[in-house]
Amino acid sequence: MENLTFDLSETPVNTLNHYLHHEAPKGGARKIIVTHPDGAHNIAVGLDCPVEVEILGHVGYYAGGMNKAARIVIEGSAGTGVGENMMSGTVHVRGFASNGAGASAHGGLLIIDGDAGLRCGISLKGGDIVVGGSVGSFSAFMAQAGRMVICGDAGDALGDSLYEAVLYVKGNIKSLGADARIEPLADADIAAVSNLLQQAGMDHAPRDFKRVASKRELYHWNADANQEY
Amino acid sequence: MERHLTLEESYGYDRKTLEYIRKAAAHGLYEIRGMGAKRKLPNFDDLVFLGASMSRYALEGYREKCVTRTLLGTRFAKKPVELEIPITIAGMSFGALSANVKEALGRAATEVGTSTTTGDGGMTQEERQSSKTLIYQCLPSRYGFNPDDVRRADAIEVVIGQGAKPGGGGMLLGQKVSARVAGMRTLPAGVDQRSACRHPDWTGPDDLAIKIQELREMTDWEKPIYVKVGATRTFNDVKLAVHSGADVVVVDGMQGGTAATQTCFIEHIGIPTLAALRQAVEALEDLDMKGKVQLIISGGIRSGPDVAKALAMGADAVAIGQGVMIALGCNGDTYRQNGQNISAVADYNALGAAPGYCHHCHTGQCPVGITTQDEILEQRLEPAIGAKRLKNYLKTLNMELTTIARACGKQNVHHLEREDLAALTLEAAAMANVPLAGTNWVPGRTGGI
Ligand SMILES: Cc1cc2nc3c(=O)[nH]c(=O)nc-3n(C[C@H](O)[C@H](O)[C@H](O)COP(=O)(O)O)c2cc1C
Ligand code: SF4
Repeated sequence: MENLTFDLSETPVNTLNHYLHHEAPKGGARKIIVTHPDGAHNIAVGLDCPVEVEILGHVGYYAGGMNKAARIVIEGSAGTGVGENMMSGTVHVRGFASNGAGASAHGGLLIIDGDAGLRCGISLKGGDIVVGGSVGSFSAFMAQAGRMVICGDAGDALGDSLYEAVLYVKGNIKSLGADARIEPLADADIAAVSNLLQQAGMDHAPRDFKRVASKRELYHWNADANQEY
Repeated sequence: MERHLTLEESYGYDRKTLEYIRKAAAHGLYEIRGMGAKRKLPNFDDLVFLGASMSRYALEGYREKCVTRTLLGTRFAKKPVELEIPITIAGMSFGALSANVKEALGRAATEVGTSTTTGDGGMTQEERQSSKTLIYQCLPSRYGFNPDDVRRADAIEVVIGQGAKPGGGGMLLGQKVSARVAGMRTLPAGVDQRSACRHPDWTGPDDLAIKIQELREMTDWEKPIYVKVGATRTFNDVKLAVHSGADVVVVDGMQGGTAATQTCFIEHIGIPTLAALRQAVEALEDLDMKGKVQLIISGGIRSGPDVAKALAMGADAVAIGQGVMIALGCNGDTYRQNGQNISAVADYNALGAAPGYCHHCHTGQCPVGITTQDEILEQRLEPAIGAKRLKNYLKTLNMELTTIARACGKQNVHHLEREDLAALTLEAAAMANVPLAGTNWVPGRTGGI
């Protein structure tokens, strides 16, 4: 099996995606290499097979969006919504990621070597996200399930209105959002962080991370909680 | 001297207002309820048709051909949605509705040749199997949003807002978050669930354009993409939706139903359907996109005349929520189970309601088994019975629509036009951009919108 290259300076994204949807599942090429992405949007969205895709350069919005099973590596930075709503597989950004990285991801692993912008892991539904650098404000907003490991700092309102997702932060947290709190790190947390860091190829001491989870005070809508609804 | 009681009710502090203030004082919480706005609003009843006579040639009432076929999504989608009638079933979530109801909707829609729509909380197997044409909603919450379901859908509807609550997110109170609902939404069972009011991965129309492209790339440009907005700044919103690349724009007026929303939203946010429809049509005309981007209007569409008037004002199709629920038995005194009619009055009373006045969908205790996840209550709506009632309702609307179209001399319901209408009130004339009956006066026409 050969590698197959799509040069996006000559081929439209649509042709690449069409190949990835219809031909890649047949198992023709070992790896799909995408050259000259030059910030194009919607590269490798909606994949549904365990194909390997390597993108050599920066990508625009939603790269690897709704991914199932594929392993996508971006040798550059990614625009808004990288790996959004992914179900399984891996999306690895070697550079930085913009806003809404991994938004609403239901499964799979999103690795960002650099920093991530605002709302990283917003609405997370079961995926795992490992960020080598820092994340912007409102990250993990309304995150429902899944885990985030943040090796740098977190911006304002981290984990606002969290449900059952758990966040691990090594650096400073500028502020926690409503209903989020810092909890003691248990052995299971250390094992989880260590495993995720290992998968991401990052080297940090798991004990140095803080665990952030929901206070669960906003789970029920009632007068006694004196909520600001 | 005899003393008289002088019971002068205050206009500003009428009994309804007194009750509202007392409730607020007792609970410290705003009210949440289901269904749509209850206040009186200018609506399609304020318009009438100018049937054919001397200057127009009428078609014979029920025999001459009158086309109702409706194509949606012709702008970019390789596989537009083709419906036999221009009356569709609005998006209502599994969670708000029971799985039985979802199945009934699918069956009825399939039998009459129209579409059903999923809702917040994802697609159920029951509705996919029973619906020939199923529109899949992509909502801010993304509960249960799944690429496999995107691929299984016949069109995707990106929901930005609803007429009952433009700017507001969803709510599903804990009683309705059963294990199945919770599982589909990835939430702990029993939580009072709040749905986000903004999409997680895009923020404005420029982003939306890229999001829509993502959905097109996902589906190899086959499926129509709808964009649904609650009616507020409709003229601008429709233009922005078109600029973002929508194939179909769905506009939901303030009368639109909901399963659970703050009353202060239901009654005080948004503009009436009549006003929104007029603005939406003008936006499409302004862009020279009328007929290229299709328009679906919803919010308080109840009858065949309502559908006909909506089409005459420029909609390509309508969507119905509350009317569909009422056809299934909502607000009726009885439900039918195992071949018997059984009174539901005591159960309405237990909710503090009565048949004809109920808006208690949010409680999950629907006395007739429609908006519930309770295993016992949901048995009260048997899918076959629901499907039959709904099929009859949709058929009736369609018959009324075609008979009105023929009376106006139209061989195709989509040929109904604004010129076929007159308004009965000044408000309706101004909002709908239709002359006041007996005059050629449209208040505000020269002033623009
Ligand atoms: C029980 C119920 C549940 C609803 N759920 C949703 C939903 O999940 N998503 C959505 O976009 N609109 C939802 N709606 C709004 C409808 O899609 C539609 O806009 C509205 O019902 C149309 O107005 P009508 O009810 O007056 O016909 C819901 C409405 C009802 C009555
Ligand atoms: S009868 Fe059921 S569906 Fe109708 S308003 Fe009451 S609770 Fe809602």
